[in-house]
Amino acid sequence: MASHSHHAHDEQLNGEIPKPQTKGIWRVFVILCVLTAIEFAFAFFMEPGTARNVIFIVLTIFKAFFIVAEFMHLKHETKSLIWSVLIPTALLVWLIIALVTEGSYYGESVFSYFK
Amino acid sequence: MSTTTTLEQPKTGTWDGGNEPMKASYGKLMMWFFLLSDTFTFAAFLTTYGLIRHRHNPYIGTAEDFTFSTAYWPIPEKVFNAFPGFHGVDLPLAFVALMTMILILSSVTMVLAVEAGHRMDKQDVQKWLLWTILFGSTFVACQAWEWAHFITGSDVGMLMPDGTRFFGANLAQNEYGPVLFADLFFFITGFHGTHVFSGIVLLIIMFVNTVNGTYQRRGHYEMVEKVGLYWHFVDLVWVFVFTFFYLV
Repeated sequence: MASHSHHAHDEQLNGEIPKPQTKGIWRVFVILCVLTAIEFAFAFFMEPGTARNVIFIVLTIFKAFFIVAEFMHLKHETKSLIWSVLIPTALLVWLIIALVTEGSYYGESVFSYFK
Repeated sequence: MSTTTTLEQPKTGTWDGGNEPMKASYGKLMMWFFLLSDTFTFAAFLTTYGLIRHRHNPYIGTAEDFTFSTAYWPIPEKVFNAFPGFHGVDLPLAFVALMTMILILSSVTMVLAVEAGHRMDKQDVQKWLLWTILFGSTFVACQAWEWAHFITGSDVGMLMPDGTRFFGANLAQNEYGPVLFADLFFFITGFHGTHVFSGIVLLIIMFVNTVNGTYQRRGHYEMVEKVGLYWHFVDLVWVFVFTFFYLV
């Protein structure tokens, strides 16, 4: 088993528990709530269309950033771990975009052919 | 009984497993890469959704004039406008907003549990894990209600070619729009709900172990951290499901 010396502090095992540091956590919570509220505002007060969808996707990526960076603590990991997670994800996003655009084009031509 | 106890000492050499690549333990790294693989699964759903959505006509016109039809993709605020206890009242996206808040809140209580674990505060870990289990279960219960309502359908239903009315939804037909709309709803929210359910099971195991003092004796609460990673990922997926299924 790997050692976990960086977690266990011996003095803490003797009943002295430090005060919780939760300010940052609640800050992220407020940010997530505000971003969700903005999304709802756009859902109700803006005409549906490409522009609105782009706003939704940008806001979603912001929310994802705060969840992954702060809640999942990725921002505070080593650079190599950050890139090990982000590079495959970036390639995956590329794959999704490519599949949806190319697939739509291909689907369209097949459907038009059989019309 | 001997007076001195010799504890089994873990080997700490580089080639004995004592080395931590990327300064993260084995379990934590594996959780990260598992979550990465899970992202691929959800990406497949997202791609399918995008392609199918693109193949159907969008609804053109005002939201007030909207009626359910298989000719175009339904607009979400007309499908998801019900709230428990408010039968027949048009409350667009209100219930899904509540569900989103519950899940974000459960994510916060999860970080608080992890934070308490870093301080070796057993009482706080127990407290926050219980809150997380409570919020998680509430979310699944909400989803169960949402599904039940989706399957039962509205009072109006959809007029079929033979003159009868069809209410609600199943995998073969639904009153809301194209067949694939309901299919995607069931598969995407269902797969996410299964993830939440698995998360709750893991959290209950964490809670039992914490109460038994397993982690206190081990000297660290890293297992809570690993399950925390999974739980936040489930929240992350919901953020995307929410955007693409309920907003776009």
